[in-house]
Amino acid sequence: MALLQIAEPGESSAPHEHKLAAGIDLGTTNSLVASVRSGQAATLPDQQGEHILPSVVRYTADEVIVGEQARAAAVSDPLNTIASAKRLIGRAVGDIKSLGEKLPYHFADVDSAVPRIETAAGNVSPVEVSAEILKVLARRAEKTLGGDLTGVVITVPAYFDDAQRQATKDAATIAGLNVFRLLNEPTAAAVAYGLDHEADGVHAIYDLGGGTFDISILRLNKGVFEVMATGGDSALGGDDFDQVVAEWMMRQAGIPGDSDHSVLRALAAQARDAKEALATQESVELNVELADGGSWQGALTRDQFNELVDPLIRKTISACRRALRDAGVSTDEVRDVVMVGGSTRALRVREKVGEFFDTTPLTNIDPDRVVAIGAAIQADVLAGNKPEGEMLLLDVNPLSLGIETMGGLVEKIIPRNTTIPVARAQEFTTFKDGQSAMAVHVLQGERELVSDCRSLARFELRGIPPMVAGAARIRVTFSVDADGLLHVEAEEQSQGVKANVEVKPSYGLTDNEIAGMLKSSIEHAGEDMAARKLAEQKVEAARVIEALSAALASDGDELLNAEERVTVDQALAELKQLAETSQDDKSLKAGIEALEAACGFYVERRMDSGIRKAMAGHKVEEFE
Amino acid sequence: MIDFSKNYFDLFGLPVAFLLDAGALAERYREVQKVVHPDRYASASEAEQRHALQQATRVNEAYETLREPLKRAMYMLELNGVDTSQETATTRDGAFLMQQMELREALAEVPGQDDPLARLDDLMVEIASLIKAQVAQLAVQFESGTAEQLEAARESVSKMQFLNKLHHEAESLEAELEEMV
Repeated sequence: MALLQIAEPGESSAPHEHKLAAGIDLGTTNSLVASVRSGQAATLPDQQGEHILPSVVRYTADEVIVGEQARAAAVSDPLNTIASAKRLIGRAVGDIKSLGEKLPYHFADVDSAVPRIETAAGNVSPVEVSAEILKVLARRAEKTLGGDLTGVVITVPAYFDDAQRQATKDAATIAGLNVFRLLNEPTAAAVAYGLDHEADGVHAIYDLGGGTFDISILRLNKGVFEVMATGGDSALGGDDFDQVVAEWMMRQAGIPGDSDHSVLRALAAQARDAKEALATQESVELNVELADGGSWQGALTRDQFNELVDPLIRKTISACRRALRDAGVSTDEVRDVVMVGGSTRALRVREKVGEFFDTTPLTNIDPDRVVAIGAAIQADVLAGNKPEGEMLLLDVNPLSLGIETMGGLVEKIIPRNTTIPVARAQEFTTFKDGQSAMAVHVLQGERELVSDCRSLARFELRGIPPMVAGAARIRVTFSVDADGLLHVEAEEQSQGVKANVEVKPSYGLTDNEIAGMLKSSIEHAGEDMAARKLAEQKVEAARVIEALSAALASDGDELLNAEERVTVDQALAELKQLAETSQDDKSLKAGIEALEAACGFYVERRMDSGIRKAMAGHKVEEFE
Repeated sequence: MIDFSKNYFDLFGLPVAFLLDAGALAERYREVQKVVHPDRYASASEAEQRHALQQATRVNEAYETLREPLKRAMYMLELNGVDTSQETATTRDGAFLMQQMELREALAEVPGQDDPLARLDDLMVEIASLIKAQVAQLAVQFESGTAEQLEAARESVSKMQFLNKLHHEAESLEAELEEMV
């Protein structure tokens, strides 16, 4: 006969439930998923034992193929096979056109801010392509871990701008994933190394991926990772190494630049093989088939290769120098340099980086997996599986944010490398008598001219009461949340006219577009939209009930008086009741909101009590 | 919740003084963030997440204000009811203004020099030592705290703004010069 278990008062009777969470490295060339199991973070393989999923999606008339099989078809079916979607995500049609000459895809002429690629399965946006990759990885994790994921951490290059971050989050929404946090790739790598080494001090993370380069300088102090500065280039990576090698081969073999797409793809693939071979050998033999049926034979030595890629490496070193300056540290204060990204396998990169920082770069964790492993560790922490106080990441916004002022100049409101979350406000005024509206143009970048910065959004504050020029006080507030996403608000101070604006990036998908894509993705999977929404709200309700019950058990008696306790208990009981009986997501959502409103004061009191406890060990006298 | 009427020094349990222990400030900042940061509430209700976001934002603002001497000085003037808005940011110190003009001229001439980076480095060291001198003055002025000394602190703040701007321009020039190498 089983004995009835009785918990200690104040302790939860249920054993701590391990929540399933995963970290996803959504890369330009390859993607990975990792998770913490029995305290160990590791990448998860597919059924064939492959950990790496090539970030390639092929659209045929009746199916969507993701990964190695798609990559294999890239040469034979270039128009329907989308590789490096990460280079296009969050970009405007205009941006893509400037990249366009190098891309084999046909872009559809559609009336949307987001570019669409024509495929055999219809027009697809880079966001949807990324969503397909996320779906495959999430499914792999759910199969391996044996249950639904409560949430994921997705990594992005530190240098990604607001539009690119928002688009990545949109991709996760379309894939039906709950995103705990977007995490900067170099920070993820630092987490993977930091927890291994327990090394307090300043670290540099040099991350050269397929399409992006990031450098981060961060300080680790008793479990707190503080990013001091970050920099890089969102359009520089190993693909560019392949490109310079391919261009060299074309010059040697006399292949014209306007050759057929499949010829160019084959050359790029050959260039990549050559680059990889040169990591272990001094010289590589090349054999290129020509359009006229002939062929060209030659060799590329390591010295020649170094000469070709040195200008690209120099660009990365300049960015390292700038990041050190922003962090206010010199190279000799940097304890070590962590190498991340497959492109750091190139010996020349290790050599030049080691020279600059005057230390041997760390390469002991597989540079392809280190980001996913760090993301998995953070996902595990955010899911609540780790004891409190163990680890915290304090990240920064990578690029300055500002608005357009008179004369096409940018006024910076939040400078780059400010710790997030952050909110800053600036006041502006009208320049004409009786001016009733003001255009606000939000920009991101380091340059002074509007034309040199990235336009994120435009909106208008209307209904300003008529006043003489210069009398109105318009306060524009920028806030950046913990995902690095921007929200902007404008308010006329003297009369309190608040034109509240939810800023959507100019280059982003609209909410309707996202809803439409989510719907079609669900229908494709044979699910029912209403049932899914209700299920989602039930999960949310369960989460809220559990969190509140745990809070009450730990400090409800201490922080609430009898009357308050009754109110909270009653509100909690009402939601429990509703969660069991509710048949529609809207009423359940309203119920959750009602509970949150009823308990707002308690939430605030708990946080304040936490701060007091943290400061309780210190006395003012210490400093006198 | 964090009492919004509380000043930034109280928030970190530090005495209101211009001279502060930077190590202790950093340590307390990290401790407070461990309590309020949104990452601690990633699985909590939306209301808690919103609240954590507000609190963490406020704590970051407080930390940055106290960490940087110029911002700290401006904040302390504000606590004492002294206006530091741009319209009043001036100095009548003729010798200081003359020195500023000379430094600006020297900076403009840097690109034409034989070893521009070395010359720029000398200038940046000079500007940094002038900033340091102002910080030392501010410590004395706030220690005293009389109306005259606070007015003197306001002027020191204006001078630091000039000097910081100059230092920033020197940094931009350095970046430009390094790009050309």
